[in-house]
Amino acid sequence: MRAAIVVFPGSNRDADVARALRLAGAEVVSVWHADSELPAGTDLAVLPGGFSYGDYLRCGAIAGRAPAMDAVRAHAARGGLVLGICNGFQILCESGLLPGVLMRNVNRRFICHRQTLRVERNDTRFTSAYARGQVIDVCVAHGEGNYFADPETLARIEGEGRVAFRYCDPTGALTIDANRNGSINAIAGIYSETRNVLGLMPHPENFVEGLVGGMDGRGLFESLAA
Amino acid sequence: MKARIIVTLKTGVLDPQGKAIEAALKSFGIDSVEGVRQGKVFDLDVNASDRASAEATLKAACEKLLANTVVENYAIEIA
Repeated sequence: MRAAIVVFPGSNRDADVARALRLAGAEVVSVWHADSELPAGTDLAVLPGGFSYGDYLRCGAIAGRAPAMDAVRAHAARGGLVLGICNGFQILCESGLLPGVLMRNVNRRFICHRQTLRVERNDTRFTSAYARGQVIDVCVAHGEGNYFADPETLARIEGEGRVAFRYCDPTGALTIDANRNGSINAIAGIYSETRNVLGLMPHPENFVEGLVGGMDGRGLFESLAA
Repeated sequence: MKARIIVTLKTGVLDPQGKAIEAALKSFGIDSVEGVRQGKVFDLDVNASDRASAEATLKAACEKLLANTVVENYAIEIA
């Protein structure tokens, strides 16, 4: 597995996701946002968390149109894997690689806490190391994670089984309290139509080593590297 | 040519910031305000020979970057 992490001005979780990928056995290189190509042999393009372009205009709006994103779009069109975490998810929505948009959290606060998620399916390149319906314990840290899509788009996403993760309580139940940013249908992450692109707000890369209090994020990187 | 672009949230899209501003106005005693929606204003200088080409440029700017048409509408005013 060769992963290329696209670094934008204001990305700040690129080193963490690189570490998580290396722990899972992947080979990792960084790509600057102004580069118009991904390294030859790239299997996975990663858009890390952070505050690209200071969240100016809209979160992910300017990064979504950076030269490197043309390369990411071409990579995705060839069937290449793309993973966007947090700001990376916002960038994927702004770039048109994923539908919908991430709005200001419904409670208007930056939320930063441990979060349980339900794994909606495990037959994808991103989740094969998990069980279907498994509840995983990871983290969230964002101000704009409130997923929104118009009713038609939402019906398509749900109908095609493209929800990757939902915010849930520790038992796996979808409660209002567990969905603190107010996302429609408790959506925490979605796939592209062909399931080679995944965007999610939570940070699986935070929990890949027991030392920091959790290991549940590791499955995502192990699935990718498998 | 001077132009102004106004970007607003579409009807029905939740605007937590607008709600917070409305609540703040009420707390200052400005309580006849019944609803606030926050938007963005961009003032632009466009190098164009005529209005039609300026309008085409501005429309492209809105569609490509300034507005996210999933949740936002835009209006173009040319001075």
